[in-house]
Amino acid sequence: MNIELRQIHKRFGSVHANNDISVTFAAGRIVGILGENGAGKSTLMKILSGYQPADSGEILIGGQRVDYSGPQAAIAHGIGMLQQDPLDVGAFSVLENFTYGQPGGLTFNRRDAEWRLNQLCQRFGFDLPANTPVEMLSIAQRQQLEIVRLLALGVRVLILDEPTTGISADQKQQLFNVLRALAQEMQAIILLVSHKLEDVIALCDEVIVLRAGQLVGAQQMPATTSELVSLMFGGQLPPQARIQSHLGDVVLRLENAHLSDRRLAMRDVNFQVRAGEVVGLAGLDGSGQRPFMRACAGLDKLLSGRVMVKDEAMTGRPYRDFLAHKVVFGAAGRLEEGLIAGLTLTDHIALATTPGWAVDWAEAERYTNARIEQYHVRGRATDNIEQLSGGNQQRVLMALLPEDPVALVLEQPTRGLDVESARWIWQQLLARRDKGSAIIFSSAELEELVTYSDRILVFYAGQIYEVPDVTRTSVDELGHLIGGAFMQAT
Amino acid sequence: MDDALLNILRTLVLSATPLVIAALGETITERAGVINLSLDGSLSLTAMVAFGVAFATGNILVGILAAMLVGAVIALIIAVASIELRLDQVAVGFVLTLLAADMSQFWGVPYAGKPTAGMTAAYLPLPLLKDLPIVGRVFFDHNILVYVSYALVFGIWFWLFSTRPGLAHRAIGERPAAAFARGTPVNRLRYIYTIVGGSLVGLAGASYSVGVNPGWATPPPMQGDGWIALAIVIFGGWHPFRVVLGAYLFAGLRALAGAIQSSDIAVPVTLLNTIPWLLMIFTLLLVSGGVIERLLRILPRGMQNRARNFLRSDPPVALGTRFDGEQR
Repeated sequence: MNIELRQIHKRFGSVHANNDISVTFAAGRIVGILGENGAGKSTLMKILSGYQPADSGEILIGGQRVDYSGPQAAIAHGIGMLQQDPLDVGAFSVLENFTYGQPGGLTFNRRDAEWRLNQLCQRFGFDLPANTPVEMLSIAQRQQLEIVRLLALGVRVLILDEPTTGISADQKQQLFNVLRALAQEMQAIILLVSHKLEDVIALCDEVIVLRAGQLVGAQQMPATTSELVSLMFGGQLPPQARIQSHLGDVVLRLENAHLSDRRLAMRDVNFQVRAGEVVGLAGLDGSGQRPFMRACAGLDKLLSGRVMVKDEAMTGRPYRDFLAHKVVFGAAGRLEEGLIAGLTLTDHIALATTPGWAVDWAEAERYTNARIEQYHVRGRATDNIEQLSGGNQQRVLMALLPEDPVALVLEQPTRGLDVESARWIWQQLLARRDKGSAIIFSSAELEELVTYSDRILVFYAGQIYEVPDVTRTSVDELGHLIGGAFMQAT
Repeated sequence: MDDALLNILRTLVLSATPLVIAALGETITERAGVINLSLDGSLSLTAMVAFGVAFATGNILVGILAAMLVGAVIALIIAVASIELRLDQVAVGFVLTLLAADMSQFWGVPYAGKPTAGMTAAYLPLPLLKDLPIVGRVFFDHNILVYVSYALVFGIWFWLFSTRPGLAHRAIGERPAAAFARGTPVNRLRYIYTIVGGSLVGLAGASYSVGVNPGWATPPPMQGDGWIALAIVIFGGWHPFRVVLGAYLFAGLRALAGAIQSSDIAVPVTLLNTIPWLLMIFTLLLVSGGVIERLLRILPRGMQNRARNFLRSDPPVALGTRFDGEQR
């Protein structure tokens, strides 16, 4: 069964998100959908999976034109999408999530449903305990649950949106094996939306590339990273050279710290970072990076132990004291924690920079426009922050950081950004590092960690392991470490 | 067991019935992600309507149905305001509660203090069941509305946790985007459940004025109970069984406060009246803090999840939020 898209158009206001896209996906193939942020790949996949209607164009399944509205209707045609944040209900058990949406009468037979769930799980080697609430599962398990749920609904075209973010190397391997099996045994079509080229290279039979809403290329695999990059950006990005910066004195130190958040407790954490040093924190979500970073920035109090900034004891002091010492925290949730929806760019700048209680708005606006210029923000001083795209919001966040911080503690500073935007962010960060700032950052992108870190700490279930020699580590090794490989060794 | 105590328990079950029904109605609404904050005013207004219509027509059933209709209309206003007009549910509910309370007093004037003879839903001791020791007298020697409340408890529990539409019902209150992805018409169901919940609030109002405490008076005797019902829903963790437990517990404490008051023990009345609230706050602390999680670890692993589910006190995640995903 082939899927054909014909002359798909989709506009959002003045943006032509999909411009005359025609493409055919053949049965049994694994196809990578590449493109930078805003290239239109998510839009195209949402149209195919029924989450958004196209403005014009046709979808043909096995040569038959189909019209559907809504994801449920797409699933009825055998097309299902696994979202980056799986669309499940956290309060439901695994079994309830599996059952909800399956056709049937008024009531459901738990034993039957459980049997069907277990059948599918066994076939793919998934471990999904039926009665566990979904909110207690890892992202990889939630993906597995969505996959078996969609397969049980008869899905033969599976679209995956950035499925490898936040899962370990072993889990990724397992996922890829399942996807290959689906393509080979069931002649399923697998569409992989990803900006991680190594994943695309590892898994896909072919790729298509979108740029600015248009289909600009297709390529049979195997292909090299640089071939794919040049397809995506229309030119090659030079490899990032690793420049060791000059290390200064220790600027931030945790001594015998005892931290905890709701899920885990960490004891006897000792850590120090020097001026001009970049420390990357690797690990799956919820492995302890968050309490660690919040402790470093003084957002959460230690249960015991000490925090020192330079030589001053900061234990138990509020975040504003840390800020006064130029230790700055940047949260992962841009709109949730970092920026304030409903305020304009000028409001943000005024908030961050005005010392007194009265705001000089004319001055704030001048200053804002200067920052917009300097940080290449696509937006106006009077725009509300939520009107900007994610990449531009991140630029505003960078503009809000002080020029000469002592230490930057950043949660996933490039989350959801495309390669170019991420590189830009790092230019800004490295410029500050070269002036003597220490940078502590977490990331789900192993490549990013390996590229930019002078030291890497791996978190697993609240345990911390420092990679002995960062210059010799690899994405692959790191992928195994975040899955807890160092726990067996020690 | 001595007769006096049995009578107290029996009265307790009876007097808790409106609270049970109102709190269950609100549970249905909030499980769908909508807050109906108009409960207190709605209870007064629907109680007045039930008695007034029953008095005028001489038919109690018509009175009850009229009350349910009024409850449904108030809920419909909240649904339209929050889903269609995108107003804040809390603000709209608050205004409606004040409006409804005042309307009940205004329109209730002709019915205040009217004779209540024959103005009670049919008293119907259940054959066989009423002869059970203790339980029979306490639970099965009542008017019809009390049995309706039992049926509602089990019915709603079964609906929410054992049926497919029940899964969808909970999902639209938890994660509407996931519900939408599974083909559930989120906003349409929110309308339905808000209206169903509102009509149960109307039934609860009726169960005061043509059930527990027949007649109408100014100020409305049930004033304040709506807020209590809202608190009971939270206390009950949006689970029908725990909601009922909360309603009985509250009614029991209120009866206890009344009993102490009429005895010789010298305790200020106002202080006694705070007891139920203090207990509720204390329980909420217990349930929502980490205490429960620590206690659960004592249980064997297999039982932990089930116990956690039952004790779960997190509100539906999408409670009070809008869902725009269906608009294209």
